[in-house]
Amino acid sequence: MSAVEDVVTEAPAVEAVPKRAMTLGYGTSLVMLGLLIVAPMFVKNFIIFQLTMLLIYGLAVLALNILTGGSGQFSLGQSAFYAVGAYTSAILMEHVGMNYALTLPIAGIVCFGFGFLFGQPALRLSGVYLALATFALATAMPQLLKLGYFEHWTGGVQGLVVTKPDAPFGLPMSQDMWLYYFTLVVTIAIYIFSVNLLRSRSGRAFMAIRDNEIAASAMGIDVALYKTLAFGVSAGITGVAGGLGAITVQFVAPDGYTISLAINLFLGMVVGGVGWLPGSIVGSAFIIFVPNIAEGISKGLSGAVFGILLFLVIFLVPHGARQVAIVAQQLIGKLKKN
Amino acid sequence: MLSKQKLRIAAFSTAVIAFAAMSGSALAQKKYDTGATDAEIKIGNIMPYSGPASAYGVIGKTEEAYFKKINAEGGINGRKINFISYDDGYSPPKAVEQVRKLVESDEVLLVFNSLGTPSNSAIQKYLNAKKVPQLFVATGATKWNDPKNFPWTMGWQPSYQSEARIYAKYLIKEKPDAKIAIMFQNDDFGKDYLKGLKDGLGAKASMVIAEESYEPTEPTIDNHIVKLKATGADVFISITTPKFAAQAIKKLAEIEWKPLHILSNVSASVGSVIKPAGFENAEGILSAAYAKDGADSQWDNDPGMKKFFTFLEKYYPEANKLDGSVVYGYGVAQTMVKVLEMCGDNLTRENVMKQAASLKGFAPDTLLPGVTISTSPTDFAPIEQLQMMRFKGEKWELFGDIISGELSH
Repeated sequence: MSAVEDVVTEAPAVEAVPKRAMTLGYGTSLVMLGLLIVAPMFVKNFIIFQLTMLLIYGLAVLALNILTGGSGQFSLGQSAFYAVGAYTSAILMEHVGMNYALTLPIAGIVCFGFGFLFGQPALRLSGVYLALATFALATAMPQLLKLGYFEHWTGGVQGLVVTKPDAPFGLPMSQDMWLYYFTLVVTIAIYIFSVNLLRSRSGRAFMAIRDNEIAASAMGIDVALYKTLAFGVSAGITGVAGGLGAITVQFVAPDGYTISLAINLFLGMVVGGVGWLPGSIVGSAFIIFVPNIAEGISKGLSGAVFGILLFLVIFLVPHGARQVAIVAQQLIGKLKKN
Repeated sequence: MLSKQKLRIAAFSTAVIAFAAMSGSALAQKKYDTGATDAEIKIGNIMPYSGPASAYGVIGKTEEAYFKKINAEGGINGRKINFISYDDGYSPPKAVEQVRKLVESDEVLLVFNSLGTPSNSAIQKYLNAKKVPQLFVATGATKWNDPKNFPWTMGWQPSYQSEARIYAKYLIKEKPDAKIAIMFQNDDFGKDYLKGLKDGLGAKASMVIAEESYEPTEPTIDNHIVKLKATGADVFISITTPKFAAQAIKKLAEIEWKPLHILSNVSASVGSVIKPAGFENAEGILSAAYAKDGADSQWDNDPGMKKFFTFLEKYYPEANKLDGSVVYGYGVAQTMVKVLEMCGDNLTRENVMKQAASLKGFAPDTLLPGVTISTSPTDFAPIEQLQMMRFKGEKWELFGDIISGELSH
């Protein structure tokens, strides 16, 4: 291995994150949860929709965080898994007439399988090479979805329109609000699952691989199995997020799942703090709201303004929201002492 | 006593009648939905100012400039236009977010000229459910003309299919033994076009001997063209966007393949396609048009185009008049203003749709002479006419009649 390669392949594991630092304390979690439950009662439907998208992208970022922050593998191909999840849900709902809630676990399982299989060849690659391989997946996906062969199911370039579900049991709430709470429940379930996964034996195996692959295998960890497993879990969660996204946006089309989505998710992970799960939601907020802010500042130069804002974030807080949280914690600690 | 009572009743009833008449006329005079008041009309729009289709963002900027001109001249029936345009980056999920922001947060009266087939498909159901007009969408897909299922959605430009049918008609008449090779972009635009061509050829679809598709992300399409030449075709139909159209024209000259070259209207711009590809390489290319070309000198003295150029000078001096999108934005914004003028003081969403569906022979400044806009409650396709043209020297020469590509259902 050349020195250059050494440097690039080690990039994701700059700093070992202790597993307790990956989550929030109970108190903070409960406050967050309370906020998320109460928030939609005071805002317009449109903002509820944005909050729903916030949770959905948060899930997708979380999935990437498990992969990169947990097992130390890069991926620029999350948009492909997201697309497969979205299309699975959309096709099952529109062609098979299945209930939307049932399509999500199926989307998750399909994507888990897809990710697990993709993880096999990806085993031979690491660092930037793996990033490139997943990048190829992301560029190929929109074209595959356009293929005439699948057109009957995918709607080809025209995409598929998805029916938005009503609130069940005659609950007096709007479709948007119902979808928000539905998404919130799914998100919390997956968040708890992810936290427990990373605290479990498998999670420790992921992190051991991330920190030092050779040492991990010397300890008896089946490196190949856990690496592909991390890919599978990450893809599965992304698939569920994709399915939720399809239901919320009510439309799937190849152009919605281009490489720019994958890059956005990657960006969200970095801004939120690599390896810090609660940061996923901060990262998701960044990729949803900051482009709008940038557009508000200058329409013609929105891309440049976004770039500057991103640069500032990376420059000032290179470890993302996690760093901000730690600083805040220290400040609070000092105040308490005084 | 009796007469006094009678008088009182008479007076009272007169008052009632007068009041009823007044309030009635007041109601008929001014009716508003969300987004319209005595002072302003809010119009929403989404455009890809960033992302892969950002070249089209110019359309939004032209429209903004045109509405600025209307406002400077006193507005529409005294009301100023408040044009709110957001970036969707050509991404359907973002389009949904932005349109919901327009409708629910900014509370616009209508959504005007939202761009892109995927983005418009994503928002169509929402806007129709909310009964918000989705007027003059900036895409040539055929599906926007569906008043029965989507009474709140209307297109503007001729559909890709109707344009393709015109070429099919031409080929059947002028070159019945043609061997056709088609190159198309692998997206909604290319596929819609291809369908129009094949439908137009009908029983003679066997004239098509080769089809090649390319992805808009490919850097060059040279290899596709070489492959098509090898099939021995004598007609080459180029269903391409500007960058690729120019590449194709160049490559054809380079490999000395001289088929009858038909170019889709999307890429018929002299400024952005033909000139970069070289005038000498483009001689004899056929296409069809519905709008005048700002780069074409034959329109320099046209009264409509003169108005257009004056507008650019005053309100949008940084615009590139050679860019077809600028001409497009001007024409469609003019149509919007016309509809709002027709609405008078009844600015409800329902009336906006009603007026948009009763345009008769309206001719924006930038359309070809003879091409007009007509709609009806069962016809939501504003522009349906095109004229064939041939490239000669340094400009397009129109020939033949104005042809209607109307789809016979």
